Amino acid sequence: MRRLLPHPLMTLTLATLWLLLVNSAAPGQIVLGLVLGWAIPLFTQRFWPETLHIHRPFALLRFIIRVLGDIVVANLTVARLILGHPQRLRPAFVLMPLALKSDLAISLLANTICLTPGTVSACLTLDRHHLLVHTLDTADREQLIAMLKSRYETPLQEIFEPC
Amino acid sequence: MLDFLLSLLILAGAAFTFIGSLGLARLPDFYTRLHGPTKATTLGVGSLLIASSLYFNTRGEGVSLHEALVTLFLFITAPASAHLLSKAALHLQLRSLAPLPTALEAVQKPGQTDLGSTDTP
Repeated sequence: MRRLLPHPLMTLTLATLWLLLVNSAAPGQIVLGLVLGWAIPLFTQRFWPETLHIHRPFALLRFIIRVLGDIVVANLTVARLILGHPQRLRPAFVLMPLALKSDLAISLLANTICLTPGTVSACLTLDRHHLLVHTLDTADREQLIAMLKSRYETPLQEIFEPC
Repeated sequence: MLDFLLSLLILAGAAFTFIGSLGLARLPDFYTRLHGPTKATTLGVGSLLIASSLYFNTRGEGVSLHEALVTLFLFITAPASAHLLSKAALHLQLRSLAPLPTALEAVQKPGQTDLGSTDTP
């Protein structure tokens, strides 16, 4: 079972993606999507050594909704900063210690940080314990790190890697 | 009513995309310039896509969900490209308003959280 269907979630995701791409829900397309979703993970298995588990799907849903809301807020903030006084910005590099371990969770965190509150993830250290984040306008680095950790990292940790 | 909503969405989308691009000209250094295209444009393109989705779904030619796919790919690719660009900029030690982290080797040391600053090269 594990060898024949290494990533059930990815199979479903790829099938959904296929249906969205062809923009139809005809039975033939569903079958083709499922076949693609089954074959692609099988042939690219070397790229995905670890299996993905979503332990709390509802937490994931809540996280997505929160991030979407935050994207709107972040957009307004950045728009205000751009239109305001760019000379008064206080950009900074902040090194954020990571509690997350899995590849997918870290990349999701980096993506979220890029999309939300005036920050861009700049670099992941080789030992994967720190993420270098560039912020557009920050007065207090510790507060920013605490905010990023509580708002994004903790939910991701609950979803993907419960202890 | 729908037309009003659609025009509002398209105008908002255009405004945000414009502000995002304006950021490229107004912001002072490379790293801050990265913020404009990654954020302001997300909402801009987002509003345009919502408008497109509303328009084509209410014209009665069936449901079109391509926009959801565009949004998904945008949310995956925009941060990835910003991340790679800033990584390359760090490697080249580009001029930065914020103190640059010294060498990335210094960052690698576990336990070290405070970054030393270097003068811009």
